[in-house]
Amino acid sequence: MAFWDYLPIAILFVISAGLAAIAVGLGHLFGPRKPTPKKLEPYESGMNPFGPGTRRMPVRFYLVAVLFILFDIEVVFFLPWAVVLKDLGITGLVEMIVFVSILVVGFIYAWKKGALEWE
Amino acid sequence: MTPLQIIFIIVAVITLFAAIKVVSSRNLVHAALWLILVLFGIAVFFVILSAGFFAAAQVVIYIGAIAILMIFTIMLTRRVARDSGAQHNSNWWAAAVLSLLLFTGLSWILSRWQGFQSTAQPMLESADPLRQLGEGLVAPGGYLIPFEVASILLVAALIGAITVAWERK
Amino acid sequence: MIPISWYLILAAALFSIGLFGVLSRKNAVAILMGVELMLNSVNINLIAFWRYLKPEVITGQAFAVIVIAVAAAEVAVGLALIISVYRRKNTIIAEDIDLLKL
Repeated sequence: MAFWDYLPIAILFVISAGLAAIAVGLGHLFGPRKPTPKKLEPYESGMNPFGPGTRRMPVRFYLVAVLFILFDIEVVFFLPWAVVLKDLGITGLVEMIVFVSILVVGFIYAWKKGALEWE
Repeated sequence: MTPLQIIFIIVAVITLFAAIKVVSSRNLVHAALWLILVLFGIAVFFVILSAGFFAAAQVVIYIGAIAILMIFTIMLTRRVARDSGAQHNSNWWAAAVLSLLLFTGLSWILSRWQGFQSTAQPMLESADPLRQLGEGLVAPGGYLIPFEVASILLVAALIGAITVAWERK
Repeated sequence: MIPISWYLILAAALFSIGLFGVLSRKNAVAILMGVELMLNSVNINLIAFWRYLKPEVITGQAFAVIVIAVAAAEVAVGLALIISVYRRKNTIIAEDIDLLKL
């Protein structure tokens, strides 16, 4: 049964989750906690904080993430194609060239627009 | 009960609980983290359905890209995300009734279908779903046109997203 | 073996939860999360039907691939719109975005 081929992955998840739980849990269990208002400040012996603690992130992060999604999605199309490439021969290659050249249009647009620059 | 059924039930309970937390938690960042758990549970279902490729795609695309994009947006609109007060509008009870109705209606219609209790044929040893998918997607006469049109859709989405989100100087 | 009914009921429940999120949430990002839940439940259905009814016909998987691509496009454009609205109106509460209302 193909399902049980994934057992090592499940074991890996259990072990990593268990390790993380132990690491966090031991600190909770044994670490002394005596919070005072001074200790809970973001910078304990620095300047007094003012204004909201969170600042708006610049939109560039979002644009980079959108570019990442675009090239991430290609995995779904590339992988099945790559598996059967040998049987398809030149036809498969031409199909993928068409696919990629359409995507490159978007890539060039993003490049020209300056979405890839990070001053 | 076979072990597979027990695993299914455990994962289904976790997934549905996480889905309820996605639509109910006040803190949007928490909702996004619960969403990641839902997506991961669905990847497990794909594995049980012997669609390993889709399980991998689920983790890589939904968890790796889409959930991250959502968390970025939550951070970009931070002040609102942390707004205290109600996160649901005043018609939430009507939405709940409608969703329950939809669920009972769907279950009722499905239960009248004769194949409702059918079980899967065992996969042939020689069958390779990924290979099949590749042949179906790119072989002429298969799903070649949707395959090519998908790239146009992605380019349109990319250009649209950049144009809309771009900050004008 | 697991009967197909389990998957169908699970997908129906996920879809209904997603619908509730879409209809009841105030925050636009949370509404998109509900949409994601609905799209994923559809994917479960597609893959389950492919596996249980006709594993040798690839239609279910091909549809699921397209659904994944469409979901990514939808999220990219939808979140870009939310960011743009936030910049202009300083809110992403869906009820306050009423520029087109008379």
